[in-house]
Amino acid sequence: MVTSTDVRDDGGRSATSLLYNPVLRQIIYQVLTCAFIAWLIWYAASNVAENLARANMTAGFGFLTGRAGFDIAQSAIPYSSDSPFTRALLVGFINTIIIAVCGIITATIIGLLVGIGRLSSNWLIAKLCTVYVEVFRNIPPLLVIFFWYKGVLSLLPDVRQSLSLPLSVYVSNRGIFMPAPVFGERFWLIPAALVVGIIISLIYRAMARKKQMATGKASPILLVSLALIIGLPVLTFIALGTPITFDPPVLGKFNMRGGTVVGPEFLSLYMALSFYTAAFIAEIVRAGIKGVSKGQSEAAAALGIRPGLTTRLIILPQALRIIIPPLTSQYLNLTKNSSLAVAIGFADLVAVGGTILNQSGHSIEIIAIWMGVYVTISLATSLFMNWFNTKMALVER
Amino acid sequence: MSKKLLTAVIGTALLGLTAHTASAGTLEDVKAKGFLQCGVNGSNLAGFGAQDSSGKWTGLDVDLCRAVAAAVFGDASKVKYTPLSAKDRFPALQSGEIDMLARNTTWTINRDSALGFDFRAVNYYDGQGFMVPKKLNVKSALELSGAAVCVQSGTTTELNLADYFKANNLQYNPVVFEKQEEVDAAYQAGRCDVYTTDQSGLYSIRLSLANPADHVILPEIISKEPLGPAVRANDSKWFDIVSWAHYAMVAGEEFGVTTANVDEKLKTENPDLKRFLGEEKDQHIGKDLGVDEKWAYNIIKQVGNYGESFNRNVGEGSPLKIARGLNGLWSKGGLQYAPPIR
Amino acid sequence: MTDNLAYLRETFLQPAPPPGGDSTVLGWLKRNLFASVKDSVISIIALLVVVWFLINVVDFLFIEAVWTGTNRLACATVAQGGTLPDTWHGACWAYVNAWFTQFMVGSYPRDQLWRPITVAILFVATLTPLLIPKVPRKGLNAILLLIVLPIVSAVLLLGGVFGLPFVETSFWGGLMVTLILSFIGIAVSLPIGILLALGRRSKMPIVKMACVTFIELVRGVPLITVLFMASVLLPLFLTPGTNIDKFVRALVGVSIFAAAYMAEVIRGGLQAIPKGQYEGADSLGLSYFQKMTFVILPQAIKLVIPGIVNTFIGMFKDTSLVSIINMYDLLGIVKASFGDATWLTPVTPLTGLIFAGFIFWLFCFGMSRYSAFMERHLDTGHKR
Repeated sequence: MVTSTDVRDDGGRSATSLLYNPVLRQIIYQVLTCAFIAWLIWYAASNVAENLARANMTAGFGFLTGRAGFDIAQSAIPYSSDSPFTRALLVGFINTIIIAVCGIITATIIGLLVGIGRLSSNWLIAKLCTVYVEVFRNIPPLLVIFFWYKGVLSLLPDVRQSLSLPLSVYVSNRGIFMPAPVFGERFWLIPAALVVGIIISLIYRAMARKKQMATGKASPILLVSLALIIGLPVLTFIALGTPITFDPPVLGKFNMRGGTVVGPEFLSLYMALSFYTAAFIAEIVRAGIKGVSKGQSEAAAALGIRPGLTTRLIILPQALRIIIPPLTSQYLNLTKNSSLAVAIGFADLVAVGGTILNQSGHSIEIIAIWMGVYVTISLATSLFMNWFNTKMALVER
Repeated sequence: MSKKLLTAVIGTALLGLTAHTASAGTLEDVKAKGFLQCGVNGSNLAGFGAQDSSGKWTGLDVDLCRAVAAAVFGDASKVKYTPLSAKDRFPALQSGEIDMLARNTTWTINRDSALGFDFRAVNYYDGQGFMVPKKLNVKSALELSGAAVCVQSGTTTELNLADYFKANNLQYNPVVFEKQEEVDAAYQAGRCDVYTTDQSGLYSIRLSLANPADHVILPEIISKEPLGPAVRANDSKWFDIVSWAHYAMVAGEEFGVTTANVDEKLKTENPDLKRFLGEEKDQHIGKDLGVDEKWAYNIIKQVGNYGESFNRNVGEGSPLKIARGLNGLWSKGGLQYAPPIR
Repeated sequence: MTDNLAYLRETFLQPAPPPGGDSTVLGWLKRNLFASVKDSVISIIALLVVVWFLINVVDFLFIEAVWTGTNRLACATVAQGGTLPDTWHGACWAYVNAWFTQFMVGSYPRDQLWRPITVAILFVATLTPLLIPKVPRKGLNAILLLIVLPIVSAVLLLGGVFGLPFVETSFWGGLMVTLILSFIGIAVSLPIGILLALGRRSKMPIVKMACVTFIELVRGVPLITVLFMASVLLPLFLTPGTNIDKFVRALVGVSIFAAAYMAEVIRGGLQAIPKGQYEGADSLGLSYFQKMTFVILPQAIKLVIPGIVNTFIGMFKDTSLVSIINMYDLLGIVKASFGDATWLTPVTPLTGLIFAGFIFWLFCFGMSRYSAFMERHLDTGHKR
């Protein structure tokens, strides 16, 4: 376009003005964009400054080191009202991670079962799984949470009439009360034994692979590994003379005393997120399995590979390539949806942040922390996914 | 480019529903727009700020808003209410969304200094209390060790609760919710044993329970909760008007002036009362305050004195039936005291 | 040689019956439920579970349910102060009936109910022809639905002109708010999403970076933080004293969020357009604007209609989050009704949630079916 010449005679000068130069136009557009963004930031920042000045407040994260002053019911790390705000935020963050990890594991299991079930040759199972998916995909997650919290768990009996299950487990509308393990002195040896078991079984696996490559003989990897991973800790446990005792919950004047408790807030959030996300995972699994060409399983059958091995060695690795990218985005969605905890008072990052926002009035800082944490989680996952995709991509010869 | 258009679109969409006001001073702003924007309780707290089925607002805090409107405009009805949650209330005042906050808000040094608000008048002296179901047979808060306690998050209540149980070496299990309705529901569902909030709030909430008689309010008051109106800091003219609107109501009760007899009292010879009602010659109290000379008369005539307001909203004339107690006049053993109007 | 053979077949085998020929009910059952022992066991267990579940659900929803009554005593057992037997466990539809108007329009003045009803009728009247592919004049229809209808609705619902009493948005609630929020959200986010998607595919690095940052930032955070930002921070970002309606704030939050997701959907459509289309438009000498409006976007948007509908379903579900920032959408008002002492019984929350869930499900399922239909409808001739 720069070279285009116009034949119109208007004094010998080309009619194509500088304005139509695409390079120049791009620069102008970008300068305008920059100017606009700069203006937007300046506008917002100056208004924030003025609003804060009017309110006699200062911006900054300095307040975070102050004493929190409030208690948090569900905390995985030691926390009291004397701890600083940063500690409270950490408690919330850990709770977010806990709920996300628990939810992801359960949702994956349910989703896998339902997804495979939808492809089942058994008509009843296939239809049941379809109904499950269509019900949960089409109602808001918040409603599912309330359904568990207000519709199911609050119908459980009062704490004084708890349902008593074996092993001193009590179920009431205050949650599930279980005996708390009290670890003995040398208890650390047991996880150590577990780690040793895993390492040995990994070494064994590598050796067995080598042997199979060399001689063609398969070794019972699964059995040996299981024996090592489960057997070693159990043996250590017995050898140490069972260094663990249990502190069962007993009904006090108001509540269960002792033991550990899984609160109804955690339970309902966990169940809702698992069941809701599982519906989406099921669809992804189904699409993944259907995405593997039928010729693959037929070729495997022609080679005389057993059906179990066909699934494990041929279908699954190929299906996973299709499944994993959308699966990760569902995991991210679950993590983001865990912020709905605020609606039922489970102390996740958003709920704790909301309390701090109220107590301190520092709204900008708290919202910045929220967004920063979630964006970091998302970006980290995306980076991992990119790496994974390159690693998993079909190597075409 | 697209970002620009994006904001342009949002901006145009917003233009229709935003109202710009100059920020000279709240009094000028309020006079210019012709009504008072008052932040009140959004959880329908009977007695303090609640809306009936026809949309009419009533309550002690609502009366204060009306009194300010009566002083500024001579018309108590020129108020628009913004229902606010505990979380929204401070940003709403900071951002200028509301002109004053009358939402049973506790006056603390932190809110007065760090958060950038001004408090002075106290329209209800409250304290944090506990409510428990009668069947638990609890007589004192000190017996509450081990209990699950329902509390609204982000309130001073939550902090006092932590401090009280810590100071008395009691164990407890906090069950927190964002909104008061959720705390109510959790308490009724048996999720917790104890409900804690300001005692006045407990009386109001107990009334909304299915069987109010099944619940008792424990005698302990574990905190001082002076509830009063808040305005943005460094606006002394507006601050004075809001504070004195309350004091005028108290002074009205001290003088024995009520909505019913205020016109009659205009004929009084008592110089104090004459000054109060704006009947003195060449007086300039109202002018100095920035309002009409008849400001106090308008408040008493249209809203009533403090005693009347208390009685009809939370006292004997209301379902809450809260005793005057700390909120009685100073001359009757309470804390309500109006500085001299002269 | 043949003498050594132990066995030689001398006659032809009868041909095997054709597979799957048994079209009787029994044959179907055998094929689909009892193909093997394992299958049979699974089928029987599943059948028992389904029957048990259905019996309980039907019992709760219909047989034991209470349909009429004026307060909680209608749905309370003897132990709770009512008259029903202590083993009773059923839905309390009387409560839904009492709250029905609230669930639909919130506290909208009861003497003005004709206004939301008119808007609903107009909405259905303009939406239905747009959804049916055969009806002509889609362009005019879309303008009516996306531009004229919102204006008419705003005038009707807000009032304050033409003698209509002014109704503040704080009186709005229920399904009405859910629908308005998601509908306006989608109407606003569609053009913004198109711009963002074009920006993201632009060759200008700064524009591209700005769009990518915006899209990824918004998609990386939960909606609830965006809503908090819109409701708490927006007033701080604007000129002091500016007062924005709470409803508008929620709308801004929802729109920002939806726009980022919409941008990604549209980008998918833009990427699916063959390069020849771009080159063809360029060779005709069309400007960028002409190329996009007349050649690329019409094709791209048609391709992603199912994606847009799916985004809308997501938005429709997500609007339920505004109940967390103190707005009374359908879920918010259902939740608020649990605190109503007149109807306080153990089954009230469950009944209310089932009702709300059913409404949400009805809308979302309907839309997803429609999306699937459109996918099939548009598929013809577009497969490359």
